[in-house]
Parts: sequence; structure tokens; C-alpha cells
Amino acid sequence: MLPAILIASLLLAGLVRGVDVYDSLLEGARKGLRVGYALLPPLLALFPALYLLRASGLTELLGAWLAPVFSALGIPEETVLLLLLRPLSGSAAMAAASELITQHGADSLIGRTAAVMLGSSETTLYVAAVYFSAAGVKKSRWAIPAALCADLVCFLSSAWLCRLFWGG
Amino acid sequence: MLSYILCGLYLTAILAAAATGNLRAGNSVMEGAAQAVRFCLTLIGPLCLWSGALELLERCGGAAALSRLLRPLLGRLFPLSAGDEAAFSALTENVSANLLGLGNAATPAGVRCVQRMAAIGATDELGLFTVLNTASIQLLPTTIASLRAAAGARSPFDILPAVLLASLLSVMAGLTAAFVLRRLRP
Repeated sequence: MLPAILIASLLLAGLVRGVDVYDSLLEGARKGLRVGYALLPPLLALFPALYLLRASGLTELLGAWLAPVFSALGIPEETVLLLLLRPLSGSAAMAAASELITQHGADSLIGRTAAVMLGSSETTLYVAAVYFSAAGVKKSRWAIPAALCADLVCFLSSAWLCRLFWGG
Repeated sequence: MLSYILCGLYLTAILAAAATGNLRAGNSVMEGAAQAVRFCLTLIGPLCLWSGALELLERCGGAAALSRLLRPLLGRLFPLSAGDEAAFSALTENVSANLLGLGNAATPAGVRCVQRMAAIGATDELGLFTVLNTASIQLLPTTIASLRAAAGARSPFDILPAVLLASLLSVMAGLTAAFVLRRLRP
């Protein structure tokens, strides 16, 4: 019910304030289409590489190698590629997460863990590069280690929370 | 950057396929390309719906109201920038846009903010602001919910509590690490 209630309350709030609600939805949809249009080329470049990586058996191999570490940390080893790509590229992480979600199912533990990891983190190194270069800062000092520390906590807590909520 | 990542992905995959004798793996690139289009098409529907809802929220004055609400808290976190109106309004605009998931509005405001912070010499706050932006503070993960809806999730938003908790823990870890590391290596 959450999505419908959210949209309905926004529509009501808009009507009360005299906002043209229908036009707002259309304008938003137009912006959404532009986002989707911009998203397709990077996904077309990245999906084949990720599918190749899975078909080659490397993802499984890597997962098997890292399994002791990952299971000690409580993270599903299937998410290794997502974790490696997340700080570097938003579209690559999205492709990796969507592959996990379609392969294991949206309501599976791995699918949920991938979704929570993706939803509670940002493209750390990209964002830091944009802001530091915009400000003309050459030495970022402690910022990158602190940001990566936030990512680590994000991945660990995502995995633990999902196991706690849906681990069965 | 991405050129290297992509090249690395292909090379390691081909080496792994050769090592495991899995020579038919190469055909999966075509399947991947087809899947990219299917994924994008199913994603666009819910994405546009939420984009419309967010547009409505913005026109109702949601972002501006949130900016006003955030001023006291952000003033305490960024005392130097709070003294400079240009930096502080860009700062609150960026944080409220990030909370609402308005990525298109957040980045330009963030760039204005860091440029102004550099100009007034608030370098520590510039670092802290960047750390805050590299963590996710989005209240409603609409893109992830759209992605899950496209993959057939029964209730795409049921991950909301986990996403919010993980985001909160991660932001607190980032800010704490920033304060600690700044003490250790000023």
C-alpha cells in the first residue's frame, strides 16, 4: 500500500497548494525518460562484460576463494563483484545488482541483500572525484579513507540486517 | 576510469574461461546486451512514476521546507560554512535534495557548495561535506524499488527499513571516521 498512499498524499498536497499535479507528473515522467535514456548506453557496455564474467565461471571461482572471509563477515559471497564495483561506477554496480536480483529472485535473501547494498551506498570514488576537482582540491587527505570506511559499514550492516529480517 | 574497468573485466573473464575450458562462455556477451535493453525498458516505467512523484513534491515546496528544517543541524556540523550565506544555502539545498533523492538537483548545489567552501578556506568542512555526499542519505530508495518491481518483487518497498538503517549506520561511520582521522592526521 505504501507506494499508492505516498502518491495519493502528494496529489492531495499539490491540489491544496494549487499546484498543477497532472503537469508535475508529466514533467517528472519526461525527466525519468531522460534518465532511462542516459542509463541505457552504459548498461549496454557493462551488461555483456558482467554476463561474460559469470559465464566464464570467474565469479563463482572468486566467490569460492573469498568464501571463508565473506562467511566470517556474514556477507553472501555472491555479492563480491557488486562490492568491488560499487565505489567505482554507479551503472556497473546497478548492472551487477540487477544480475543478482534476476538470477536469485527479487525476494530471495541474496536479491534483497544486493538491493539494500545498492540502495544504502553511493558511487564513493566518483562523487569524491567530482567534488574535489570542482573545488580545485589536490590533496583530499582523510576524506577518501573515511568515505570508504562508511562503505564498509554500509555493506556489512546491509548483509547483517537482511539476514536478520529475511534470513529465515 | 571505466575504460580500464571494462577492459579488466573482459580480460579476466576470457582468461578464466580459457583456464576452466569453458569456451562457449564468449556467447554470453550477446545475451548480456539483450538483457541490458530488457532491464532498462522494465525499469523506465516505475522510474518515471517516481520521478513524477518527486517532481510534485518539489513543486509543493518539499525541498525548500526540508532545507529550512535542516539549517540548525547542519549549522552545528558545518560552523564555518554556516557563517557564509552562499555556502550554507547551497549546503542545505544539496542535503535536502539528497534526502529526497533528487540527484539532478543535488550535484549542482553540491558543486556550488564546495567551490564556495574552498573560497572561504573551509577545507576541513569541504572534506566532511564530500564524505557526507559519498554516503547515501536518500529517504525513499525509489530507483532500487523500481529495479525490484521490474524483477517481480511482491512488495518492492519492503526493504525500506533495512535500507534506512544501513544508510544511517554508514553515514554515522563516515562522519565518525572523518572526525577521528582528522585528529590523527591533521
